[in-house]
Amino acid sequence: MEFLAQWLDVDFMARFAPMYVKAAGVTITIAFWGILFSLIVGFLCATVQYYRIPILKQMVSVYIELSRNTPLLVQLFFLYFGLPKVGIVWSAEVCAIVGLTFLGGSYMAEAFRSGLESVEKIQMESAISLGFSPWQAMREIIFPQALAVSIPALCANVIFLIKETSVVSGIALADLMYVAKDLIGIYYQTDEALLMLVLAYLVLLLPISILATLLERRLRYAGFGH
Amino acid sequence: MEETVQLQVQGLIKRFGNETVLNGISFSVHKGEVMVVLGPSGCGKSTLLRCINGLEAADGGRILLDGEPIISGGKNMIRMRQKIGMVFQSYDLFPHKNILENITLAPMKVQKRSKQEAREEAEQLLNRVGLWEKRNAFPRQLSGGQKQRVAIVRALCMHPEVMLFDEVTAALDPEMVREVLDVMLELASQGMTMIIVTHEMQFARAIADRVLFLDRGTVMEESTPEKFFSAPQTKRAQEFLNTFTFEKPNH
Ligand SMILES: Nc1ncnc2c1ncn2[C@@H]1O[C@H](COP(=O)(O)OP(=O)(O)OP(=O)(O)O)[C@@H](O)[C@H]1O
Ligand SMILES: [Mg+2]
Repeated sequence: MEFLAQWLDVDFMARFAPMYVKAAGVTITIAFWGILFSLIVGFLCATVQYYRIPILKQMVSVYIELSRNTPLLVQLFFLYFGLPKVGIVWSAEVCAIVGLTFLGGSYMAEAFRSGLESVEKIQMESAISLGFSPWQAMREIIFPQALAVSIPALCANVIFLIKETSVVSGIALADLMYVAKDLIGIYYQTDEALLMLVLAYLVLLLPISILATLLERRLRYAGFGH
Repeated sequence: MEETVQLQVQGLIKRFGNETVLNGISFSVHKGEVMVVLGPSGCGKSTLLRCINGLEAADGGRILLDGEPIISGGKNMIRMRQKIGMVFQSYDLFPHKNILENITLAPMKVQKRSKQEAREEAEQLLNRVGLWEKRNAFPRQLSGGQKQRVAIVRALCMHPEVMLFDEVTAALDPEMVREVLDVMLELASQGMTMIIVTHEMQFARAIADRVLFLDRGTVMEESTPEKFFSAPQTKRAQEFLNTFTFEKPNH
């Protein structure tokens, strides 16, 4: 501790650590719901693309282009400052979750889609010719194989989206980024505030990253590899 | 042999875009009969089999199994498909399931048979094709020939009335062809009704009760293997058979 204290204001860090913990709660809440809804939206979009459902398919393409080619902060500003002008007022939390879902949905869709496309057509045909209904064939044969292929990309997206939550400080949500910026603004303790920010994200992301690696390794081991 | 007609194809027409791939195919297969379908590449053999089990919708004509029409996407399709077993050229086992699961999945999920009963039958069938030891292996751990034997067992476990084989040995190394053909020969001797597409002429001759020769989507000849192989009636059939014989080059 004394060694550290040569460079850093340890007292300051101890004093404001609880604020970081609280802010991590905000980050986690937004990330959790945003990722969950992203997975749902992504799955639905990928299914629409897989079945090439007319009209819906075009809508999904437009959505994916929009979502991938606009920055999250711009999307958030639109939701938080733009929508009230047409009478839709959402809390910052809702805007953050909707914004993150809008962004994440397209990334998850791409991950699911590449998984679905990796499953050979013959798999569906042989399931069908064994008497499975198309839906049964999807559930028993296609989805499990597709998911195994999608997992690495899905995990990467989860980590990407958690990092993207830092943008929600832009609409005054007291997440980790916001607290760090706040402390710097008030106390000018830049080193301490940023160090704690980095540590907080590491604590959040490292376990997920390790879990993802383990999951991928396991899948590769089970690797159906043709 | 019983003379009841099991499968009837009447004036079957199938088009892909402007291309008419099957142009009025008619034939019937009796119970317990083995029909071998021959013809040059692209003449529509695979398409014919795919129409019979409803993977492709016909554009004209009828297909009747036990007198009941097979209509792709029709209401009875799921029930009709269970009466038709199909084995494809490419090994199409489910890679995420082990061998026993591959075989028992459809009996359990589609026919709602008990796990125990399905397993018992699967093990018996595996034993018959000499693969009982592989029951807990995954498809990727099997050779091509073993995979095709499992694919046959998987289809058989659904108790089909007709089995369709589409060039099931075409992708195999030569030394594995025999083990798969032997399984099919055994099936034939047990009275299974079969329609077989193959490029193995010796095998075709041995297993066929009747031969159907297709060219450009039409039936050119329908005869017995003896007659077809020794005295083909049409010029196209003669040319086709000639592609399988080699003459010693003169130096
Ligand atoms: N899904 C499809 N879309 C368009 N054309 C197709 C399709 N499937 C088959 N065809 C065409 O139909 C014709 C017959 O194909 P098919 O696969 O039935 O021939 P085949 O007799 O089985 O040939 P092979 O001996 O090479 O397997 C070919 O000209 C092929 O290009
Ligand atoms: Mg073919």
